[in-house]
Amino acid sequence: MEKFDKVHGVAAPMPLINIDTDMIIPKVHLKTIKRSGLGVVLFDEMRYHEHGGENEDFVLNKPAYRQTEILVAGDNFGCGSSREHAPWAIKDFGIKVVISTSFADIFFNNCFKNGILPIVVEEEHHAILMEDAHKGENARMTVHLEDQQITTSDGVVIEFSVDPHRKHCLLNGLDDIGLTMEKDHHIDKFEDHASQARPWV
Amino acid sequence: MSPKTLYDKIWDAHVAHEADDGTCLLYIDRHLVHEVTSPQAFEGLRMSGRPVRAPEKTIAVPDHNVPTTADRVNGIENPESRIQVEALDKNAKDFGIHYYPVNDIRQGIVHIVGPEQGWTLPGMTVVCGDSHTATHGAFGALAHGIGTSEVEHVLATQTLIQKKSKNMKVEITGKLQPGVTAKDITLAVIGETGTAGGTGYVIEYCGEAIRDLSMEGRMTVCNMAIEGGARAGLIAPDETTYEYVKGRPHAPKGAQWEAALTWWKTLFTDDDAHFDKVITLRGEDIAPVVTWGTSPEDVLPITATVPNPEDFEGGKVDAARRSIEYMGLEAGQKLSDVEIDTVFIGSCTNGRIEDLRAAAEILKGKKVKDGIRAMIVPGSGLVRAQAEEEGLAEIFKAAGFEWRLAGCSMCLAMNPDQLEPGERCAATSNRNFEGRQGRGGRTHLLSPAMAAAAAITGRLTDVRELM
Repeated sequence: MEKFDKVHGVAAPMPLINIDTDMIIPKVHLKTIKRSGLGVVLFDEMRYHEHGGENEDFVLNKPAYRQTEILVAGDNFGCGSSREHAPWAIKDFGIKVVISTSFADIFFNNCFKNGILPIVVEEEHHAILMEDAHKGENARMTVHLEDQQITTSDGVVIEFSVDPHRKHCLLNGLDDIGLTMEKDHHIDKFEDHASQARPWV
Repeated sequence: MSPKTLYDKIWDAHVAHEADDGTCLLYIDRHLVHEVTSPQAFEGLRMSGRPVRAPEKTIAVPDHNVPTTADRVNGIENPESRIQVEALDKNAKDFGIHYYPVNDIRQGIVHIVGPEQGWTLPGMTVVCGDSHTATHGAFGALAHGIGTSEVEHVLATQTLIQKKSKNMKVEITGKLQPGVTAKDITLAVIGETGTAGGTGYVIEYCGEAIRDLSMEGRMTVCNMAIEGGARAGLIAPDETTYEYVKGRPHAPKGAQWEAALTWWKTLFTDDDAHFDKVITLRGEDIAPVVTWGTSPEDVLPITATVPNPEDFEGGKVDAARRSIEYMGLEAGQKLSDVEIDTVFIGSCTNGRIEDLRAAAEILKGKKVKDGIRAMIVPGSGLVRAQAEEEGLAEIFKAAGFEWRLAGCSMCLAMNPDQLEPGERCAATSNRNFEGRQGRGGRTHLLSPAMAAAAAITGRLTDVRELM
């Protein structure tokens, strides 16, 4: 996985709450057996008209937001399905950070596995960031993972928290499976114990 | 020793390693796999030359993509769907995991097949690349959905990297009124907590109304824990659970059964165990409900009217306005006046035999209203066979329902079963998101009996009027 350090880029506002995984990527695009190339169908049904053509009212279609790297989204972002196609599409589009007041659990986990940083902020900070994101091309925020800080285009600094293990993995681009395999002896030991304690499993 | 919740006990029994910061390696007893979220995970294993660590604990079945029409025995027409199912055929064979192919009578929705075959047992950890894995919590198993990277992680290591969630208790006291089902309970709870109310928690459902439910009803309740945002839903195992499990193909037998039972009987929340959040609903207060919007939290009794967006607060005002417009409804409109085009009975929420019996009870001797398209998609080939044996299939066919083969079908519309734009569906499934059942499609979630009632009248209907 690519190392994640600092993002300095355009932030787009999506204030709608409960943006679900069907909105992020509808099921017609889940038939792939690959992880790549899904950015073009990110937010498909909001982004394109039914019979083709872009919906110019949709935020990521506006000239100012075509290069969005940071998404400031409404509460409970990513609710619904476990489809990892949602973060794959977000990443493929070029978005590296999603900021909200809360995320659905599975989506939140899936982001970290794909080098995307989901950041939970308090409502008052969310309001500041949302306002900043509305400034179009001027809405260039900086997200610094090492320092755990977001800096708005006006220089307002907002601190955020992140799980230390996940931060470490993102910063170093570490693969979870490789890390777990280093603990193989613990898994062996557990299996020995469990096969005695619960042989029916 | 400090008192523990059911969740604490199952968690503690599965920690293979705990780091100083509380990050754990949680051992996984059962890994269920389907065709949509697994191809990239198997590909990852191949690329890194890793085997499946515990193929005997890994069970695969195609369900999301498969057509539910009789002609599927001749192969799947849609090339992309076919490739995904063929990839699963190959992956199951290459990696030596248990497999129920499309034309096996045991094939069905993964969350129906697991319990039916006795793979799901109390006290287990169960995961699947599907959010409705929560279903298996009905057995007192810690069960939740994972993404494809985690599917690969479990395939390779039989563990997940996890931090413990908080404990939430949802108690449903007393008895349910006639016409009120497990589906109404689970929707009513989400109506109370909201779709983010469970975020960060594992829910334990308890109380008399939960105890009174059959295993199938309990599966319906736990299935939708994820729609309330919870990582998992749990119900402590009891005699109802043991009776359901006993004798199933992969359930323990003989001395193993006795040993298992001894442990299962320790799986309950101790008196005075701590819950971080408690919600209590009175069973008597729960009515047959339907959803009016595009989030499962948009729940109201069938006797209610479409709400006014202005009556909500914060971000919900805009969300409700958008929902009502999308759904083609008007504030103040009676829900029981809302006319429908389609009825879908099935899914991992309500595709089991008791769900079909409940629908048949209402449909017996009745006809689907002219112009309504109605389909029943059993949750597995075995559910289908049983419904045929019990004469339910005849009732459905005589009423004018299409009688389909098993699969996820119109719950998520990845196969050819889809709504047209603007088409309105009374559905027993679990999500009413925009476009969920087909682009522009409008979904009202409800119980199987309520869906059957709607098929007869052609509008959302209070099932109690037909009982």
